[in-house]
Amino acid sequence: MTNPIRYIGRKTTGFLSELGEIARLLAKTYSFIPRIGKDRALLVKQMEHIGSDSIPLVLVIGFFTGMVSSWQAAYQFKGMISNSFIGSAVSRAIFIELGPVLAAIVIAGRVGASIAAELGTMKVTEQIDALESLGISPIRYLSTPRVVAATLMMPLLTIFANMIALIGAFVVANFFLDISNKVFFDSVKRYFHVKDILGGIFKSLFFGNVLALIGVHVGLKTSGGAEGVGLSSIRAFVLGASMILILDYLLWMVIF
Amino acid sequence: MIEIQDLRKSFGEKEVLRGISFSVHDGETVAIIGASGCGKSVLLKLIIGLLHPDSGVVNVDGLTIADASEEQLEALRRQIGFLFQSAALFDSMTVYENVVLGLWEQGQRDETKLRSIATEKLAMVGLNGIFDQKPSELSGGMKKRVGLARALAMEPKYLFYDEPTTGLDPITSDQIDLLIYNVTERYKATNIIVTHDLFTVQQIAKRVIFINEGIAYFDGTPDELLSSSEKVIQQFVERFVQK
Repeated sequence: MTNPIRYIGRKTTGFLSELGEIARLLAKTYSFIPRIGKDRALLVKQMEHIGSDSIPLVLVIGFFTGMVSSWQAAYQFKGMISNSFIGSAVSRAIFIELGPVLAAIVIAGRVGASIAAELGTMKVTEQIDALESLGISPIRYLSTPRVVAATLMMPLLTIFANMIALIGAFVVANFFLDISNKVFFDSVKRYFHVKDILGGIFKSLFFGNVLALIGVHVGLKTSGGAEGVGLSSIRAFVLGASMILILDYLLWMVIF
Repeated sequence: MIEIQDLRKSFGEKEVLRGISFSVHDGETVAIIGASGCGKSVLLKLIIGLLHPDSGVVNVDGLTIADASEEQLEALRRQIGFLFQSAALFDSMTVYENVVLGLWEQGQRDETKLRSIATEKLAMVGLNGIFDQKPSELSGGMKKRVGLARALAMEPKYLFYDEPTTGLDPITSDQIDLLIYNVTERYKATNIIVTHDLFTVQQIAKRVIFINEGIAYFDGTPDELLSSSEKVIQQFVERFVQK
């Protein structure tokens, strides 16, 4: 039977060592940012893949999140608070938490996992070795464009998610809860703080950065053929989604 | 010149290389043979710094790989053409993009020149009119040829071949052997061919190193290898001699 103390020690050492590897990857990835202009074709391709291609999914998730938020608010307010406050309650929840966090979790599934699978496949088929053998740094060629693209595109996706979620919330409020346009948007304006929306967008910068970084890290560590690639995709999503929630908590303490 | 001194490499509990030493002089064509899993491919990756040894020294043109900076390693790797066992073509790119990637990344942006180089190198390996095809559309033999064209595009000083005929049918294997022979004759590069195909060894190599139990057990000419009275070597070459 395994000694539990030894088991915990081994797991802790493994976790700290992996954290160190991610920090090293982050430093190396950032060291290539000054020459991103030369690699703009790679960056644009990733911005399209991570950003533009994710818009439909973010819009669908955002719309339904907004709609369910209105129902949730109405349910909680019942008998205590007037429904005329739904606009402000829902919009603040969307701008601060729901928009940035849900968009990031969607991107963790769509982009973080796909980065891990793509790089993992390249790893197990020796394509990463082939890049290095041509004198090309895989970090510069693969990691920097993905991390920079995700960091730049995540705030934009969050803005889209915020807008569509607000529309979703309004649709439910207006059509099902009998709240007029004026009452809903007056309520949104009355308690609107620029800090809420900027705080959410600021958080999304970190979310994008971390998601891509985890995808690259997990992808480059892949081993074991097709099974390894599958496991890497799952691992990238689980780690990415967990890191978003942990970061969300830490950033809340700093920003709000 | 490549110098390898007392190189050791383990993967987990398994020690693959146990203090191997040898040198490869400029212009030589050396075959490295041995049983599957004896560390032949690992050796190639250690030479270009894709893997790190547990101990021992690899020197290439006076540069000690373990002490080299990233920039030095990248510069060295640009002088080494590497044909991978699986060809390792970039599957998101076309054949043309695969062949010219190294040159493009070195700053060569003249499209006419790049197309001319790609046409020349692909013709050299017997391929024409496949610029826009993706690797998934190619056969195993064609992939190896494109991989070789990609390696040649950089006009390398060294050419490393990792199992160039593994997984190919006998006719395609012969074609690849002939191709490698022509390339070695034309380029006068220093060639290291990792293989367990003794046909390849006999047709191309001038010198052969047999790895056994993690060391260079035999170092001589292909004829000396085939006539060796060592039992381990006889067992290895037996099938080939019978044919």
